[in-house]
Amino acid sequence: MKFSLEWLRYFLETDASVEEIAGALNRIGHEVEGFDDPARKLEGFRVAEVLTAAPHPDADKLQVLSVDTGEGDPLTVVCGAPNARAGMKGVLGLPGAVVPANGMELRKSAIRGVESNGMMCSVRELKLGDEHDGIIELPDDAPVGQSFAEYHDASPVFDVAITPNRPDCMGVYGIARDLAAAGVGTFKPIDVSEIEADGPCPVEIRTDDVEGCPAFYARTVRGISNGASPEWMQRRLIAAGQRPISAVVDITNYLMLAFGRPAHAYDLAKLTGPVVARRAKDGEKIEALNEKAYTLDETMTVIADDSGVHDIAGIMGGEHSSVGDGTTDVLLEIAYFDPERIGVTGRKLGLATDARTRFERGVDPEFLDDGLAILTSLILRICGGEASEVVRAGKPPVEAQVLTFDPALTKRLGGVEIAEDEQRRILEGLDFRVGADWQVTVPPRRHDVEGPADLVEEVVRIYGLDKVESVPLPRRDGVAKPTASPQQQMERMLRRSAAARGLNEAVTWSFLPTGEAEHFGDGGELWVLDNPISEDMKAMRPSLLPGLLGAAKRNADRGSATSRLFEIGRRYFRGKNGASDEKPTLGVVLVGDRTARGWANGKAQGFDAFDAKAEAMALLEAAGAPVGNLMVMDDAGEQFHPGQSATLRLGPKNVLARFGALHPRTLKAFDLDGPVVATEIFLDAIPAKKGGASFARPAYDPPALQAITRDFAFLVPSEVTTGDLVKAVRGADKKAIVDAQVFDVFVGQGVPEGRKSVAVEVTLQPGEKSFTDDEIKAISDKVVANAAKQGAELRG
Amino acid sequence: MTTAQALRDDALSRITGTSDLDTLESLRVEFLGKQGSISALLKTLGKMSPEERKEQGPLINGARTEVADAITARKEALEAEALDRRLASETLDLTLPAPQAPQGSVHPVSQVMDELAEIFADLGFSVATGPEIEDDWHNFTALNMAETHPARAMHDTFYFPDRDAVTVPASSSEAVGEKRRMLLRTHTSPVQIRSLVEQGAPIRIIAPGRVYRSDSDATHTPMFHQVEGLVIDRDIHLGHLKWTLETFLKAFFERDDIVLRLRPSYFPFTEPSVEVDVGFAMENGRRVLGGSGDDEGHGWMELLGSGMVNRRVIEFAGLDPDEWQGFAWGLGVDRLAMLKYGMDDLRAFFDGDNRWLAHYGFSAFDQPTLSAGVGAKA
Repeated sequence: MKFSLEWLRYFLETDASVEEIAGALNRIGHEVEGFDDPARKLEGFRVAEVLTAAPHPDADKLQVLSVDTGEGDPLTVVCGAPNARAGMKGVLGLPGAVVPANGMELRKSAIRGVESNGMMCSVRELKLGDEHDGIIELPDDAPVGQSFAEYHDASPVFDVAITPNRPDCMGVYGIARDLAAAGVGTFKPIDVSEIEADGPCPVEIRTDDVEGCPAFYARTVRGISNGASPEWMQRRLIAAGQRPISAVVDITNYLMLAFGRPAHAYDLAKLTGPVVARRAKDGEKIEALNEKAYTLDETMTVIADDSGVHDIAGIMGGEHSSVGDGTTDVLLEIAYFDPERIGVTGRKLGLATDARTRFERGVDPEFLDDGLAILTSLILRICGGEASEVVRAGKPPVEAQVLTFDPALTKRLGGVEIAEDEQRRILEGLDFRVGADWQVTVPPRRHDVEGPADLVEEVVRIYGLDKVESVPLPRRDGVAKPTASPQQQMERMLRRSAAARGLNEAVTWSFLPTGEAEHFGDGGELWVLDNPISEDMKAMRPSLLPGLLGAAKRNADRGSATSRLFEIGRRYFRGKNGASDEKPTLGVVLVGDRTARGWANGKAQGFDAFDAKAEAMALLEAAGAPVGNLMVMDDAGEQFHPGQSATLRLGPKNVLARFGALHPRTLKAFDLDGPVVATEIFLDAIPAKKGGASFARPAYDPPALQAITRDFAFLVPSEVTTGDLVKAVRGADKKAIVDAQVFDVFVGQGVPEGRKSVAVEVTLQPGEKSFTDDEIKAISDKVVANAAKQGAELRG
Repeated sequence: MTTAQALRDDALSRITGTSDLDTLESLRVEFLGKQGSISALLKTLGKMSPEERKEQGPLINGARTEVADAITARKEALEAEALDRRLASETLDLTLPAPQAPQGSVHPVSQVMDELAEIFADLGFSVATGPEIEDDWHNFTALNMAETHPARAMHDTFYFPDRDAVTVPASSSEAVGEKRRMLLRTHTSPVQIRSLVEQGAPIRIIAPGRVYRSDSDATHTPMFHQVEGLVIDRDIHLGHLKWTLETFLKAFFERDDIVLRLRPSYFPFTEPSVEVDVGFAMENGRRVLGGSGDDEGHGWMELLGSGMVNRRVIEFAGLDPDEWQGFAWGLGVDRLAMLKYGMDDLRAFFDGDNRWLAHYGFSAFDQPTLSAGVGAKA
């Protein structure tokens, strides 16, 4: 909210500098977001008198003026304003001055061949208003040569952020009260004078919606003349960012900005019958002051007469009964509306106004009569006319809240020791009534004060939060324990392992285009936003891969064809009872070349499914999964190449990871060129480490005798996987055989159709004694026999 | 000259003249082999008279030893020459690049979250988490933002459709049967409620994570990261809050001259509410934290919102607010990362640009530790 220093001083007796005031505002919770000193903008402009005015020799619409600036010889100034004439006084901008309206610096220049030494300015050029019909005309007594800033008495303007809990400070009056309590001056309470009424109010006023409009006060003022508001008022309004419109409208705005009290004036001539606060009818329409039509419903409170709705209560008036130049009689409304109702209506209609902001936060319920009196007296003073008596329908909720306060709470909660009489002084300065027994009566305008903690806030806020001293948190006794959960520790281990393996961690959006989410949904129930920021960010991701593929695509478009990306984050599914099921996941996407083209290796090597498997296995191991027991199975999902992808499972159902080359259709959807491989590890499926309770490892003695190896070459039916073959080989003697590795797979010449040649190196570890030849033969025979069960035969 | 001497001279001169091992070997055979000329001469010793043998023996044996030594020496020399030649032929251009393992990196957001966890672990804070898809009770109502509270509208909330609303199950301690709208959490504060309900008090937690607001420009992204802090105990006050944040920021920025300014503010979930500013100076066109913002050339930067947890929030979490009190704060993790590590554009955080990740990311081995300082220097 913006207000001028001059306006503030109307309510606050103070000698404080603007810096002191701004500092105090910040200290007491009214953050100064901006500060503007128009005097600085008006530097170089001064009061000047036009001595002579003659037509420009070369331009019909221009005049050549001789202008007295109060010092030295008169200056020649070329001017296009029709009202420029000899003898008038106006505002001259000298070379070097910057025109506030457009930021242009004035210079000496020739205009159509005549030298001009400055510019006579209009109201709009100086940003003092909208008027641009001619140059400013100052009264005859304006002292020639005086700086215009000084003459105009332009006041500095504060722009202050009022927090939503303080509607009482959404008027200059309330801010003045807060500042006075903080010691920045003396609060000047306004004197509300009695209005001499000219008979009863001729209009019947009712509230038929006591819930939405508990109180509706009104009166008429007849015989007014609604011209322009006076200059002092316009200045204050302009400083507050409010454009002057007409006297009556300006006066209602003035009341709102000065006292945080919205009110409304209707053109009495446009009203017929009783004026009533009631619920709108479903589908009822109103054309509002912003020239937009709104369709109302029965949850909304309106002010209406026999002919229809004239006001969306507390939010915006109607166009039909609005006050205009020709208005002679007005009905003034000052009402108390239910804050919640105003908020709901405003949100439904998407209508944000200054009135709504104040009503929905809560106006002062005690300020109806005073507000109406101030409004009326301003109208009578400025527009003339005769006021009727006030008619009051309903009652505002003015019951004052009384809190039992323990001043020791200030230290307990606020951590600062403040003497009791100081606390009392602060609260009383803020208009709280403090009894001898610390029964504190809260002014009804302070809707934000609900309990003793709020009083502590008031006291500490005014006393100074900067006086709160740091106090160390007591250290907790006892044994240090990890503060990260096992899940968090696993994620950290994975993150650092993945980075150490050459992968770059990315953080991608949690939301995806619905199409991508569905493609990666695997039948899970998706979360789809009602109000996404765009269609590309609509569905919560069921996989980490689309986000990473998108990043890889952007990299490719920037000329970086190879991406090694990973992300650790959540996948989102709908869970039981409608709750969110968020699954911690690690995604890896490898795009482009595993090894670039190089002098040593020749051609570039693209990523293949085994690169994805390598990441899956290494990272699962880093996560503590029992990788030795994993089964490689199908069903990685339709996003993957059906023949070059797999899942890694512990038991048939528990899928720990999927990996492989992506399906060409997936690549097409992301506009990526292959090869692209990916891995996704489902962290919630990884079983907790067994025996993780102790630091000590199981006992271990390295075997004394050296292991020996034997090679076997088998012919295997093509459809038998090497995994099954190796499993069979290892099963031949679970004690002696400690490892079996495939070292060659061959299909082609010398290998019969439908078969492949697989060579396996088997490692045998002797125990106490070396193997005898017979023992080795027995094991070898068993290996061959087990392999035969898989359809393998030993190659001759 | 005797025959032995003649043979020796002939052999030595020819050995010296050899340039390859094969010729040398043939010379060895010619002189010292079974049929060799010096070997033959040796055999004549047996037939000689003792006098003659006494004279010829040393001469012939001496010739044999000399020739044998010469062959060995020449062989070593030739082998050394051969090795030198081979090594010369094996010379590599070592200015060629060596094979390189790809360099990975940890994202700045993760790095900073690890740093936070480390610093706060030292102060006794655990790391807590909660769902990102929340219900409006945990995100708003329990944080003292009732249905019609104006602050709700200020949160730019992403909502899920009404049909996704959940009904509070009968097993809950909360309002059974109540309909709750689902949304993307707008702050990490609902973790306060969940942690208090699950763990009770006393409690010290930080809760880092993703949060969402329907907002997008250079300094706002619809998804960003916050870290919530919560301390609830019996006698915790604003002084503890100030100390905790000071201690944290000093450790995080590794500067002793961090100065905080507390300003009154308003958040529905705290009372009193405090906005925390931190002093900064401009260095090379960049804001660097440290010093009082009131000092010459310094300024204040709004850093975070905090305050004493509102009694109602403590009640909503099922605790007695006359027994338990404490403070909470919410802080932007991305912003902390930007301030500390010098990034300017928040949007780049979520783009996955390889170049950006390589430049601003951290080595896997930059694991924050208190002993080494939690930060990773450029």
